[in-house]
Amino acid sequence: MHPAYSVIFFTTASGCGYGMLVLLGVLNMGGHLPQDRWLGLSCFVISFALITFGLLSSAFHLGHPERSWRAFSQWRSSWLSREGVLAVFTYIPAGLFALGWVWFEETGGPWAWLGLLAAMSAALTVFCTSMIYNSLRSIPAWANDQVAPVYLVLSLATGALWLDALTRLFGQNFGGFTITAIVFLIAGVVLKSQYWRSLDTQAPASTVETATGLGRLGKVHLMDFPHSSRNYLQKEMGYRVARKHAAKLRKISLITLFALSILAALSSLLWPALSAIFAVIAVLSSSFGVVIERWLFFAEARHVVNLYYGDE
Amino acid sequence: MADNNVGGGAGRAVYFPKSCLHCDNAPCVTVCPTGASYKRTEDGIVLVDESMCIGCKLCSWACPYGAREYDVDAGVMKKCTLCIDRIYNENLPEEDRVPACVATCPVKARHFGDLGNPNSEVSKLVAERDGFDLMPEQECAPVNKYLPPRPSKDRTTEALADADPAGGFLGWVDRMLGG
Repeated sequence: MHPAYSVIFFTTASGCGYGMLVLLGVLNMGGHLPQDRWLGLSCFVISFALITFGLLSSAFHLGHPERSWRAFSQWRSSWLSREGVLAVFTYIPAGLFALGWVWFEETGGPWAWLGLLAAMSAALTVFCTSMIYNSLRSIPAWANDQVAPVYLVLSLATGALWLDALTRLFGQNFGGFTITAIVFLIAGVVLKSQYWRSLDTQAPASTVETATGLGRLGKVHLMDFPHSSRNYLQKEMGYRVARKHAAKLRKISLITLFALSILAALSSLLWPALSAIFAVIAVLSSSFGVVIERWLFFAEARHVVNLYYGDE
Repeated sequence: MADNNVGGGAGRAVYFPKSCLHCDNAPCVTVCPTGASYKRTEDGIVLVDESMCIGCKLCSWACPYGAREYDVDAGVMKKCTLCIDRIYNENLPEEDRVPACVATCPVKARHFGDLGNPNSEVSKLVAERDGFDLMPEQECAPVNKYLPPRPSKDRTTEALADADPAGGFLGWVDRMLGG
């Protein structure tokens, strides 16, 4: 699949922003978070900025952005519509939760419940994003059981790293986000490795024989292309990353998204004096890694329509 | 498309036309966030309301058959309409009320009719010729059926015999030249 930069930016940035909201809302319920007004403000500003820029970039990627309000109508059947509804709804409880924390300096009682509502809504938004892809049977690499868990776990892991960096930069010696990040990064590396393994081993359900129904006659090969230049389908669905590059990019993403980030997070626990630097390194490394991961998520996925254009 | 029988028989070329299959379980309709992509209740034709399409392209991702085409200039998705402007057009003579691809096919390889009616000509044709679905495993329940290519004639011929130079004019030439 063609890796569109707007969608890569949207899913990674908004995913991270929603992950921050989930963790703020959930961990606040236990009353474990440092109650600093300016830390709260910067956490919410970064989270809302990541979410909003992500949503805007995906909206401007549309052929008719001015009609995007129409996308709220089909929530009963379309995951994209559900994502849109939840993405907008999340702003309400999250905004109120932020207001309580930053303006009234209150995070208990009803404010905490608003935070939890924001967390649930944010988590569901990320789940809907993953289901947009997961529900497409035409793209076997996405109709994979690991897709939704990977989206959720990476959203939480990258969100936790941002929260950790901000907390450390405000001089708080609070390890809660660090440990959360490490847990989700480890879960991420397990799930993503399983995803790649199943991608490499799964037998295709659709073949050029089933696509043409000519399998009854024997092996089918494309003899001649239907047109002399690439059409929309081939441009949109025919993107292919060379296998050797994919292997290299998987390694790069494993190292930067997981290995380096986990090492940096562990180091900030071990050397509290340098924790802010380590936490920032973890954010930079994981941000780079998750973009590579998401780019590969698109570039490695093959659409079955390519069977009509020479895939065998 | 070609069938290349590696089992030893002759390969054969098959022209393979592709169009919207107007699926009963159309994923392009399910994924549409605006309702621009819809399947008509009265005749099952899958259409796009271009005035409601936001151009997210998700329907083209969902379709396994590649039946959708994005119009970059208009910013909306377009597709085969089964020529709804022809098939119901009472200003046309009745025999012309068929989709353009059916009307223009010079060898009459395409057929048009009501597959919902088991007694229609097309339904009988599908039953007789063992018509099939493309990619049934995608579970789209395509409405359009494909008929298998007719069995080809046995084109394996015996090897040509060598010209016999023993007699006649060629034999004389052979003898003269060969010495």
